[in-house]
Amino acid sequence: MAAAPLPEVLPAEGAAGVAWLLVALPALGALVLFVGGRRTDRWGHLLGVATVVASFVVAAVLFAGSLAQPVEERVRELPLYDWFAVGALNVEFGLRIDPLSITFALLITGVGSLIHIYSVGYMSHDPERRKFFAQLNLFVAAMLVLVLGNGFVTLYLGWEGVGLASYLLIGFYTGRRTAGSAAKKAFLMNRVGDVGLALAIFILFLDLGTTQYAEVFARAGELSPGSLTAITLLLLLGACGKSGQFPLQAWLPDAMEGPTPVSALIHAATMVTAGVYLIARANPLYDLAPVGQLVVTIVGAITLVLGAIIGCAYDDIKKVLAYSTVSQIGYMMLAVGLGPVGYAAALAHLLAHGFFKAGLFLGAGSVMHGMADETDMRRFGGLWRHMPVTFWTFTFGYLALIGFPFLSGYFTKDLIIEASLTAGPVAGWIFGVAALLAAGLTAFYMTRLMLMTFFGPERWRDLHPRRIDPSDLEDPPEHYHPHESASSMTVPMMLLAVGSIGAGAFLVLGERLADYLEPSIGAFVEPAELPAVFPTGLVPVFASILMVAGAGAAYLAVGRRPVPVERPQRVSLPVRAARADLFANAINEGLIARPGIWLSRALVYLDNRGVDGAVNGTAALLGGSSGRLRRTQTGFVRSYALTILGGSVVLVAALLTVGAFS
Amino acid sequence: MSALLLALLLVPLVGAAVCGAMATREHLDRAGKLVGLGFSAVSLVLVAVVWALFRTGPGTPRFQFELAVDWIPAFGTRFALGLDGIALTMIALLAVLVPIVLGFAWAEKLPPGRTGAGFTALMLATQGVLVGVFAATDVFLFYVLFEAMLIPMYFLIGRFGGPRRQYAAVKFFLYSFLGGLIMLASVIGLFVASESRLGQGTFDWAALQQMAGQLPLSTQIPLFLGFFAAFAIKAPLVPLHTWLPDAGAEAPVAGGVILVGLLDKVGVFGFLRYTLPLFPAASRELAPLVLTLAVIGVLYGALLAAAQTDMKRFVAYTSIAHFGFIALGIFAFSSQAIAGSALYMVNHGISTAMLFLAVGLLIRRGGTASMTEYGGVARIAPLLAGLFLIAGLSTLSLPGTNSFVSEFLVLIGAFPNRPVFTVIATVGIIFAALYVLWVYQRVFTGPVRGAAVVGDGPGAASAAALGGGGSGDATGDVQTADDSAARRTTGRFGDLTRAEVAIMTPLVALVLVLGFFPGPVLAVLEPAVSATMSEVGVPDPVAPAAPTTGVPR
Amino acid sequence: MSPTIYLLLSALLFAIGAVGVLVRRNAIVVFMCIELMLNAVNLTLVTFSRINGSLGGQIMAFFVMVVAAAEVVVGLSIIMAIFRTRRTTSVDDANLLKY
Repeated sequence: MAAAPLPEVLPAEGAAGVAWLLVALPALGALVLFVGGRRTDRWGHLLGVATVVASFVVAAVLFAGSLAQPVEERVRELPLYDWFAVGALNVEFGLRIDPLSITFALLITGVGSLIHIYSVGYMSHDPERRKFFAQLNLFVAAMLVLVLGNGFVTLYLGWEGVGLASYLLIGFYTGRRTAGSAAKKAFLMNRVGDVGLALAIFILFLDLGTTQYAEVFARAGELSPGSLTAITLLLLLGACGKSGQFPLQAWLPDAMEGPTPVSALIHAATMVTAGVYLIARANPLYDLAPVGQLVVTIVGAITLVLGAIIGCAYDDIKKVLAYSTVSQIGYMMLAVGLGPVGYAAALAHLLAHGFFKAGLFLGAGSVMHGMADETDMRRFGGLWRHMPVTFWTFTFGYLALIGFPFLSGYFTKDLIIEASLTAGPVAGWIFGVAALLAAGLTAFYMTRLMLMTFFGPERWRDLHPRRIDPSDLEDPPEHYHPHESASSMTVPMMLLAVGSIGAGAFLVLGERLADYLEPSIGAFVEPAELPAVFPTGLVPVFASILMVAGAGAAYLAVGRRPVPVERPQRVSLPVRAARADLFANAINEGLIARPGIWLSRALVYLDNRGVDGAVNGTAALLGGSSGRLRRTQTGFVRSYALTILGGSVVLVAALLTVGAFS
Repeated sequence: MSALLLALLLVPLVGAAVCGAMATREHLDRAGKLVGLGFSAVSLVLVAVVWALFRTGPGTPRFQFELAVDWIPAFGTRFALGLDGIALTMIALLAVLVPIVLGFAWAEKLPPGRTGAGFTALMLATQGVLVGVFAATDVFLFYVLFEAMLIPMYFLIGRFGGPRRQYAAVKFFLYSFLGGLIMLASVIGLFVASESRLGQGTFDWAALQQMAGQLPLSTQIPLFLGFFAAFAIKAPLVPLHTWLPDAGAEAPVAGGVILVGLLDKVGVFGFLRYTLPLFPAASRELAPLVLTLAVIGVLYGALLAAAQTDMKRFVAYTSIAHFGFIALGIFAFSSQAIAGSALYMVNHGISTAMLFLAVGLLIRRGGTASMTEYGGVARIAPLLAGLFLIAGLSTLSLPGTNSFVSEFLVLIGAFPNRPVFTVIATVGIIFAALYVLWVYQRVFTGPVRGAAVVGDGPGAASAAALGGGGSGDATGDVQTADDSAARRTTGRFGDLTRAEVAIMTPLVALVLVLGFFPGPVLAVLEPAVSATMSEVGVPDPVAPAAPTTGVPR
Repeated sequence: MSPTIYLLLSALLFAIGAVGVLVRRNAIVVFMCIELMLNAVNLTLVTFSRINGSLGGQIMAFFVMVVAAAEVVVGLSIIMAIFRTRRTTSVDDANLLKY
């Protein structure tokens, strides 16, 4: 399909001129907290919250300014300085202020502010709270660079910057071995994706001589189909790494080693959606690359089913939510791969998901807070009575996620399912069925989570809290004392619950979001306007039926029957496969980690014995032969004399011979 | 003007002589160290002045601050010095790093019978000779200084190093000397070639460069290989690298910084200054060979780094990977890649210095370089852990740190000409993350254990002695001055002292500032880079674009 | 009288000297044998000088004598010093300077 002409990029003016503050404020906060060290322990968290809230205010000002402008003047850039320039390459550091980036900035700073506030309470007992806020501020700054950057290299700066923040925060509990491994795994798998992103940038430079969005998108038509396919696939690799998509999804569940607010902000609401942002941002390229789009949709479809299946098998509340995130981002990827019909749907789901998943994670954190940091749902039960606010806010998040009618997920997810039906005669069936099936599975695992956590008998009554990590210094308390969390934690949860309820309807009804984003992602195409394999109007009906079926199945599985505290080991093969992450880790381990270790061990041997052996061998050979030669120096004068005589005779004989023949 | 350059060369050498004279007297030790620090500070000021006077932009001459005196007229050798951007940045890096490592070495425990003044003298001598190596514009002078720089480094390793220092020093010397002799043959060959082509033999770089176009490929290739052998050993490229891990592991930390950070750079500097401009046809012809070695180096160095258990050897192997990137950029023949390589030379110096010093600070506390002896250091020494992490992130070229800009330039510049090599090298950035984070995980995270629990190494005492106002908890109850008693004292493993923080702060600042604002350095490098591009005679693969359609300012 | 006789005599003397150097152990005797070889060479030089009718050979012979005299002084004093410290003049016993 022919791409609509892109809106002209205008210089930023007026209020948009202070857009740099958006990034600078949290960056400054992080800098002060890192450099200030322990001196800032007492007020560090307040500074952390203040900078992000201020950033949110700036984002809101930008949003208001953007709304005040005519639609065709909403794409603006604020050049700051030339980062580096050599020959044809000029990497400019600037901010792109358009509806897409403003939307993301609002999400990041908005949800970010709430989670910062929540963290004040959540981390209040941690001696390293200041460090936590420093890293969280660093994350917000990097994430804003990612979405606001005006070129692929600036995006890359933010991209790896959030990777660093994620690495630091996953490994925040430095004393735990598992935290260190999880952090490293996350960074490494992200780096695999980053290689793809880097190579895509290289191809863009080779073909277009620039890496700035404005020029790349304006001249996307000059790219050959081969280049476009390569670029879009490589960008997808980057997106897979960052967004935990198949086949690079294995790091995301492990990332739950970090403190729960981190899981909420980074590993649910913002950073992991960066892949969706990347593809939406690069929509002028994807619109011209059907192969790239098709692969995006396939990856999304595989991931959304895979995440939902694995999510059904876990007992760890955070891991269930993590796989739910994997699955939901799969929905978004599926949608962005569909082109103009899906961009707005993906972004609407992204925003709604930002609210309800952040709320769910904060709720899970609140539960853990009251239950001595326990995450095993088998040790919960009947908690609704003890933590009512958490329960109610969690319930709204839950209903929004499973697509309960008229809550957020209902609108946004149905939009994606409808869009997926328009993918084509065969693909439409496959994607539509996958998306519907996963919706049922979502209802199953989330209902299971709700039932095991908040309902049923209070299984924790007879149990003693466990030491979460063997190296933890403090002893756990004697008994569980579930209690409601402090207001600094519950207020953000309530606000997110409001978002879970209303965001979907607000964004989708009347196509508010789609219209606002039009300058960035092109005009919205209604799924109903396109040929679908199945009447799109029936989607809500089927989705609701599957939702009820999934929830009912969960009720039969864990609501009617008692839940054993110990995890049953004799289970069917599918459950075992799901518990083993569908063998993703085993495959990584067997195909990459072990051969890698063997290879590097073999190389060490080669280096010491082979390369260095050759060097030392040469030295030993020289030393040995000179040692042997040395032995001829016996110290007997007469033997020397004999040698001299013999030598003279030989010389004379040689001279005579030569003389005789000449 | 040219007097400034001469001063830049002489100040460290005079300093070395003064410190050397003080080295034999124990009571002058502290004074000697102070004097050495003073001389290095003067060098730093001089470099700052030269940097300020250095002209950039189009139309600047190939060399500035030129100076030439006849040396051996019979052979046409001259004592000729001059600066281009690449040489200037290397000399500036040297001038920045020497005071820092002298500051670091201030509190180092030396082998018995050695004095700090002697150490300082050798450092300054290395600095002086290196300035000459980078500034020489006469090929014979370059050769002489190239060999001369081995001498102080040989003694630095052999006298102040670790337990296997003799082996390492001899290996280092023999390797480098062998390369130097092969280069000597090529230097003489160049002279002979110039005699037959120009009528009169010369060692003058500019004259030889003028002649380069007339030399047939069959002459260029053997001459190229002679220079290449010396530089490939010095750089080092796989498989000529095995001296580096030994030298790096056995050298004293401060010496290792200069060895890996600067002395090795002479190899890649030589590629840029000598092999490319003097043998352009041979460079173009043999580029695939060099690129193959470079890419092998990137992956091989990274995999070996990941498998090391000795932290100093680990740093040495990371450098081998980085030298692979630099060589890739040089022989990819595009202005981005060459500028990236030249910048990489500076950035690698900074990040390796930082990594080496961070390891040195850890060894000072734990008494060993073995990773298996540590665990959970981040809990007891968070500043040290943060420092190591910043150094590590710079090593793995995280955007926002200095190394990113150079690595990115190398790769994006190499891609148009050599896509296959570039793609393979780009995979190397995953390995870079692997080896850095793995070491960080093993040493700094997890439960506190090993040497981190009780700092009973020789370093504990010196850390305590340096403690001052910084962290009082590093001070154990050292009652007797007896060394063995101090060794037994279980002084706690302290975090960085104020003095140590002060030493490392400039490096951290450089990492971040050059990460976001590499412009000034690139501006200094630019004329030399475009001159090198025209000397090698390859057009830029991606020509500067038509008028931009970007945002009007 | 044919000069060949002198050459034969000098060859004989040289051979005796060389054999003496090789087979005898006493440093004094070895020393005498070296002198014998030197003088055999001198005789050759003088003979050739006579045959060719030039003085070069004779002058060379004087040089050899002067050098031999200096050598005697140094050599005998070394032998004396060795004898004083080791109570022997056998060249096989003085073999420390090896390897």
